[in-house]
Amino acid sequence: MSAYRTDDCQPWVLPVVKKVERLIVEDESLNHEYLPILGLPEFRSAASKVALGDDSPAIKENRVGGVQALGGTGALRIGAEFLRRWYNGVNNAATPVYVSAPTWENHNGVFADAGFKDIRPYHYWDAAQRGLDLTGFLDDLEKAPEYSIFVLHACAHNPTGTDPTQEEWKQIAEVMKRRKLYVFFDSAYQGFASGSLEKDAWAIRFFVSEGFELFIAQSFSKNFGLYNERVGNLTVVSKDNENLTRVLSQMEKIVRTTWSNPPSQGARIVSKTLNSPELFEEWKGNVKTMADRVLLMRDQLKAKLQALGTPGTWDHITQQIGMFSFTGLTPKQVEYMIKEKHVYLMASGRINMCGLTSKNIDYVAQSIHEAVTKVQ
Amino acid sequence: MSRPGSSPDEKGVSQNGDPGGQCPLFTNTLNAPVSPETRLLSAFARDTQARKVDLAGREYYSEEGKPFELRLVGKIKQQLSTDPTLHPEYPSSLGLREFTRKATEVALGKHSRAIVENQVLGVQTPGFTAAVRLGAELLRCWYDLSADWCGPVYLSSPCDDSLAGIFQAAGIQEIPSAHYPTGADLSQSQWAVITRLITSRRLFPFLLLPTQALCCGDMERDAWPVQHCASLGMELLCAQSFSHCFGLYGEAVGHLLCVLKQNSVLLPVQSQADKIVRSLWARPSVGGAHVVTTVLSNSAHLVEWQGEVKHIVERCMLIRAILREKLRLLGTPGRWDHLTQQGGLFCCTGLNGEQVEFLSNRRRVYLLPGGCLNVSAINCRNLDYIAESIHLALTSSL
Repeated sequence: MSAYRTDDCQPWVLPVVKKVERLIVEDESLNHEYLPILGLPEFRSAASKVALGDDSPAIKENRVGGVQALGGTGALRIGAEFLRRWYNGVNNAATPVYVSAPTWENHNGVFADAGFKDIRPYHYWDAAQRGLDLTGFLDDLEKAPEYSIFVLHACAHNPTGTDPTQEEWKQIAEVMKRRKLYVFFDSAYQGFASGSLEKDAWAIRFFVSEGFELFIAQSFSKNFGLYNERVGNLTVVSKDNENLTRVLSQMEKIVRTTWSNPPSQGARIVSKTLNSPELFEEWKGNVKTMADRVLLMRDQLKAKLQALGTPGTWDHITQQIGMFSFTGLTPKQVEYMIKEKHVYLMASGRINMCGLTSKNIDYVAQSIHEAVTKVQ
Repeated sequence: MSRPGSSPDEKGVSQNGDPGGQCPLFTNTLNAPVSPETRLLSAFARDTQARKVDLAGREYYSEEGKPFELRLVGKIKQQLSTDPTLHPEYPSSLGLREFTRKATEVALGKHSRAIVENQVLGVQTPGFTAAVRLGAELLRCWYDLSADWCGPVYLSSPCDDSLAGIFQAAGIQEIPSAHYPTGADLSQSQWAVITRLITSRRLFPFLLLPTQALCCGDMERDAWPVQHCASLGMELLCAQSFSHCFGLYGEAVGHLLCVLKQNSVLLPVQSQADKIVRSLWARPSVGGAHVVTTVLSNSAHLVEWQGEVKHIVERCMLIRAILREKLRLLGTPGRWDHLTQQGGLFCCTGLNGEQVEFLSNRRRVYLLPGGCLNVSAINCRNLDYIAESIHLALTSSL
């Protein structure tokens, strides 16, 4: 399960969201019409700004646009549909699309249903080292056909929690530029990973500063706790304004046959928050609260495993970032955890750090210890 | 390295330049043609005349000339915003169960045999277009399992201009043609003929119900065609919208109803729908659906809501009657009975292309391209001007 939980294991409505919801409900001047097809304008610009930064040259040069979408999934889908129609030729469904191994389970389906015929994995997780397989990753980048599309996780890689370092991102960007590979960022955890919006957007901003034209599928489900209002944005960074205009005109056509007019509630909440200095500060505080709790759980889990003398190294738990952690437990060990200890994690060994609380962390650490020592 | 504008015969070699210096990646992306509706909206927006009238909008407009929120809806939104039991959880991909149950009942009637015998699947969608899209995708991959079915799909003529595009996006190529927005509905006996034909020719009905309750002021009566088909044991799809009858335009509250022949196919169809939804929008948004469910599940709310809807419908009927009378008094040529024979939010005037253009260019009265107009946008301030304009369109030599 991939929603944030408090230390009492409850879902959390961000205080700033509650406040803004009330403001909206009481707003007599609210427009009750359909939203434009591309979405609420003030939402789209604020969303792109939060990803690219207030002083982004690309925004100043008027070559950044946004398409409001139904969550991160919707943003990915619209981007994929556009690329299938207009990238690397016209209606070229043969362009290879690379997704990380492993990746979020839906990436494949979204690109396949958008019509792409050739979806391939790129090396990412090194199970033996429990870290990033940079060599494999760079190798795949070098060998991929030119103009292939690569889906990159902007931060807090799902499901491994392992992100490239800034140096590693630079290497990745160098190869991608040289081999003319298309950059499609999936950004579902900005702010939520490190607690800092800027830090979590570093990779995105670096690629933009290197002159890449790219897409960013943003989700505000987690960092606003708006899981049920489906708030997403596809940020488009183009060569110039003229290109941007043509691209957006085609995006509009695609949206028109998918959901036509996006829902307004979530977008209004995010827009009001991002566009007001006080609310924006308050939101950053709320996000940091969530991120800090997860970081605390990571620290504590690692500390407890070390204290128990659990075999193996557990540094990866604090080196990884975001909601998820790839524990490195084998499928048999995972089965033990589920059957004998009633601790639920994915067969891959992926654990949702939000499920850990001060009340259950001892039990979970103990269970991992038993699984590792009793089961091979 | 490729040059910009290289020949389309170069397969595999891209016509794109590389990033960070050379030719932009989307040089060959065409500017999408502006849809007639968008063109109309921009023309209206640019029009500086004080007398301009927009009769091409899709929402219900109050007498004050603005889309408004039903009083009851406003109240419920307030209630829901302070409800401590509502949690920000991910809804299921098929939507809120309570909502789909109510939406299904509202289309088929509570005691429908199809519901009782578990032959019905309901999927909450983010709006009406999304419901049609999901239905189109389902048809393509489920309807004819033996072949890669891709049409034909017949659409009424005229119809909403985006409808063909939705079916094409779902991979259906054959869309010959060619309700919404004519306001000209079929009578019960006409429906009887149609359903007989559909059954005997083994055609598949995909019914569109975007403005339920706004035609007769009665949910049941407006859904009669759906209920009739279901009662005959027909398989069908029905796309519903709750935007109009709840004034929830910005909230994308749609529903796709699937009535199946046997309940044994329910689970397979459900899992197909789930798979399709997961890669389109993953899950629907819940805000508007909560409001609709709250109203439909509470008899006091239901009565209050029906009252507000009745008011909307009666106002539309009144406007139609008054417009017809004005045209009669002006001596406008032609017969105008169809104004009051049609029902609902929209009206197909029967004006031709030239006359519609005259209205927008010379009189600043904007109709939908097919000559249809939104009745609710007519109010006491613009009624005379509109009637005069229609009169002039038909009497001036064009």
